[in-house]
Amino acid sequence: MPDEPPPRPAWARALDPARAFVEEVGTLGDLALKTFVWALRPPYRFNVMVAQLEFVGVQSVFLVGLVGLFTGMVFAVQTIYGFRRFGAENMVGGVVSLTLSREMAPVLTAIMVAARAGSGMAAELGNMRASEQIDALETMAVNPVQYLVVPRVFAGLVMVPVLSLLFFLVGLGGAWIVGVYGLSLDPGIFADRIRTMLEPGDLTQGLVKSLVFGFSVALIACRHGFYASGGAVGVGQATTRAVVWSVVGVFVLDYAITSILTPVG
Amino acid sequence: MATEEPHVKVEKLVKVYGDRTVLHGVDVTIDRADTLVFIGGSGAGKSTLVRHLIALERPTSGRIVVDGVDIASLNDVELNKARRRFGMVFQKYALFDSMTNFDNVAFPLREQTKLSERDIRERAMAKLKDLGVEHAAKLTPAQISGGMAKRVGIARALVMEPELLIYDEPTSGLDPVTSRTVDDLIEEMREKFGVTSVVITHDMVSAFDIADQIAMLIRGRVVAQGTPAEVLAVDNEDVQKFIRASGVEASRLATRRPRKDSRALAAVARARAPRGG
Repeated sequence: MPDEPPPRPAWARALDPARAFVEEVGTLGDLALKTFVWALRPPYRFNVMVAQLEFVGVQSVFLVGLVGLFTGMVFAVQTIYGFRRFGAENMVGGVVSLTLSREMAPVLTAIMVAARAGSGMAAELGNMRASEQIDALETMAVNPVQYLVVPRVFAGLVMVPVLSLLFFLVGLGGAWIVGVYGLSLDPGIFADRIRTMLEPGDLTQGLVKSLVFGFSVALIACRHGFYASGGAVGVGQATTRAVVWSVVGVFVLDYAITSILTPVG
Repeated sequence: MATEEPHVKVEKLVKVYGDRTVLHGVDVTIDRADTLVFIGGSGAGKSTLVRHLIALERPTSGRIVVDGVDIASLNDVELNKARRRFGMVFQKYALFDSMTNFDNVAFPLREQTKLSERDIRERAMAKLKDLGVEHAAKLTPAQISGGMAKRVGIARALVMEPELLIYDEPTSGLDPVTSRTVDDLIEEMREKFGVTSVVITHDMVSAFDIADQIAMLIRGRVVAQGTPAEVLAVDNEDVQKFIRASGVEASRLATRRPRKDSRALAAVARARAPRGG
């Protein structure tokens, strides 16, 4: 007969969420370390890498472009509405470019990638776990972290910055269309404000953020898919968790990076 | 010559998941070029036990010694090297659904050998043909029936001609004729290459036909291990109940196919594969 475990005291149960959090951080850290180590070891499977770059990057271009366009357009309208109150609508070009480069482009691109590619990664890896395909890789002496996780994390790391840049440019275009053609701002001033207000540091901050977000979104998605358990229900839960936690991760990391890279006060 | 060291030796293997003990100190020995068949009811711990043999699971305690090396103590890189000598046929086929059936069978050859694409093609197609599924080579696993997928899975495990082959219910879901073909293949791998086979099955006809040794697992314990004749005669109520329910009788032993001696085949296996690493 199986031994009945002794009942756990209330204080131990109360600490469960904290323990789960520490375990989660540990699991992610462990997977990140393995990903790093296995990324350096041969063989380097370029065709698998290219497939993931295509999945994460190329297939997200339309979505990211669309969201970028409307974000830029909305932002232009809202900024003009607010700045007109004190006659500063000419600043719109500069403000939109600052906001897009430092915040909107990296954050919203990472969220789009989490929703589209992250969910796909978690569902695919979760299904591979449930149908023993990950075990099969191991029995064929292929390290599954190297074969499955490394290309996906690499694709996130490379493609989120590229897509962020696209988001930034298309967003700026959207703001231009709304500001210049819709709300009759002077195109010369619009462009001049971008030139004078946007500094290399703003673009650097956007780049650093999108690199970190790309890595974390792909890693969190892979973590939930790779260690999924419990059949179809488990894969569904893993996919939901992957999206939720990678989006939460983006906002937490966003604050951390912003507070480090932005000298205020 | 000194007594032959067993190919696989499982010592006091205990596996605990959370509060649940699945394996209670299992001891099993498998000689080189032998076929060991695990029988036992569902949930007895058979799959968990064989997953330990190729380090898909790490033991809570105990040792799994393969070729004199405790595989539970190996790091990732050492384990990957050791696994080149293992093969496994999964219960749910475990075919990569992003690839065609041909690419599935070619996968281990592409990953583990430096063969030319032409040689890979020949070997993979030959194995698909052996299992009668060469016409499905260009289809994906999702486009074929479960029985065919099983055969593709077997082809993938056999294509590397490993030293230790593990079959997790290789005949479940197959028709009787194909099931016997699979039995023939298991025996052929042993005769040709001196492969050591570990088979989990509920198909008692198959078990008594291909086994050198049968081990019966009940609730995470090995309650009997021996030749088919010894297991049939074992004085244990659970074992006898299981055998009676399966309808296998002593007369079955007389119709067993003639088997080559494991010790002679073990010499073939040793000559074929470099030891260590």
